[in-house]
Amino acid sequence: MFSFCTDPATLDTAAWLACYLTTGKHMSIYVSVGTVLMLLAITAPLALAFGFGGAVAARARFWPLRALGRLYIAIVRGVPDIAFFLFFVIALDQFFEWLRHQVKCPDWAEPIRQGNDFVVCAAAKLPLGNAPQWVHETYGFSLAVLTFAIVFGAFAANVLFGAMRAVPRAQLETAEAYGFSRRQCFCRILVPQMWVYALPGLSNLWMVLIKATPLLFLLGIEDIVYWARELGGAKTARFTDYPHPDWRMWYFLALLVFYLIFTRLSEIVLARIMARLTHGQATLAGEAQRKAA
Amino acid sequence: MSCWETIADYALRSIGIGERLLPREGFTLCQQVTLIGSGLIWNIYFGTLALLSGFVLATAVAMGKAADNPLIRKPSEWFIFVFRGSPLFIQFFFAYFAFLSLKQVFPVFQPLTSAWAGALLVLFLNTAAYSGEIFYGALQSIPRGDLEAADAYGFSGWTKFRKITWPTMLRLAWPAYTNEAIFLFHATTLVFFSGFPAWQQRGDALYYASYFADKTFNPFVPYPILAGYFILLTLGLIGLFGVANRRLNRHLPAQSRQGLRVRPVLMR
Repeated sequence: MFSFCTDPATLDTAAWLACYLTTGKHMSIYVSVGTVLMLLAITAPLALAFGFGGAVAARARFWPLRALGRLYIAIVRGVPDIAFFLFFVIALDQFFEWLRHQVKCPDWAEPIRQGNDFVVCAAAKLPLGNAPQWVHETYGFSLAVLTFAIVFGAFAANVLFGAMRAVPRAQLETAEAYGFSRRQCFCRILVPQMWVYALPGLSNLWMVLIKATPLLFLLGIEDIVYWARELGGAKTARFTDYPHPDWRMWYFLALLVFYLIFTRLSEIVLARIMARLTHGQATLAGEAQRKAA
Repeated sequence: MSCWETIADYALRSIGIGERLLPREGFTLCQQVTLIGSGLIWNIYFGTLALLSGFVLATAVAMGKAADNPLIRKPSEWFIFVFRGSPLFIQFFFAYFAFLSLKQVFPVFQPLTSAWAGALLVLFLNTAAYSGEIFYGALQSIPRGDLEAADAYGFSGWTKFRKITWPTMLRLAWPAYTNEAIFLFHATTLVFFSGFPAWQQRGDALYYASYFADKTFNPFVPYPILAGYFILLTLGLIGLFGVANRRLNRHLPAQSRQGLRVRPVLMR
């Protein structure tokens, strides 16, 4: 990258490091930090939407829907989340291919599961066999996002379900007394008031989500963990201009520090949001704020 | 081959007893259930030992964080911050490669590069940090009256801690601690996906489940089996912690005694 990088073997330590950390491959690890941030930016609202759906389903009057919502919330609690990650990535992929197979090749006679193989017609493959590389990468990333959203949606559903129950009953009764319909009660009274109760749980969830991002590696995405293993491994002078012994430990130390800084910053921002939301609320924290002022 | 033979061959496969070769084709349901169950031995091993040893360190860390002396308080705070602020997955990776490097210099670190010791150490430190924070919170919310009453009765020092502070802290922390224990058992599934090698394919339950999913390309059998095992494990844990909870609260009148309601406070 820099002009003095033409012959790395002659450089002193600082200049060598400056050159080493800006090689083309190192740019990939910096880009993958962007991948992580993008995953968070897409997954968080999507998971919240899934969670909202789950919480509403768990409160539904129609009992099969209610059972489905409660099952969705309960099952993720009892089973390790990475089991879900590994499961959904294959299951969703096969589900989408199966759907396309049903639509595109209705007169296909052979069974889809042949022994240990999952066979769909060529037109139903996802992505198509002749698709360019970036389509494959985007498809893999979207599967990962969807998987994260499903798993964290269940956690969010749990938090929102609790928050909806925490809204004082009297508020809803007042609305009913004024002749609000069930739907109006929900939209105008329940949803606006539940956020204060949901925020501690949701901020906890955000921290968990940050700490779950390295699991992208298990879903076959070339993320920071992948690049840290790749770049950190011992390199000999035959294959690279920058030979070095096994540095994976230092790369993972850097990742550790990155996550520590990230979670710490989030903590500070979330504390500020909480302080703003409790401002003027009739809660213990709001009362403490009033006395301090 | 009948199912009993499969169980005889594979039930203890994960700890190296029985048939060496894993099945390669024609996987039966019985094989999948047996092998995934066999892998569960490792999850229970990691979870139980980390929980028991982590409990001791967690108490120490919680006392340290509540101490007045900054020489004790600061290290405890940093310990909790480092292990709670970073992903367990990265901790595993870092620890594995750190032990690998240390092994070159000091051969003493040889066992720590294998999962049974190295991953256990990481899990132990990790759960100590999480439980330490829970215990610290409980320590801060011990009713002042209890401690004043202890002073009035002439308790002091170690006796006061042993008889009053510590049991009350545990009682207050127990529901959150139950949650931590459940999540610790779930976290044990990360071990064999994070650098630590599964020697001779002796892995945990998720290791075998993903082995079957890879071979059969059918995730709909092994993962639900795994889920079933973990739901049973979780229910068993809740039962055990419920017994402990009843014992911790046995002096309270029956009405004010609270059953153990496991609150879904997520942690990792």
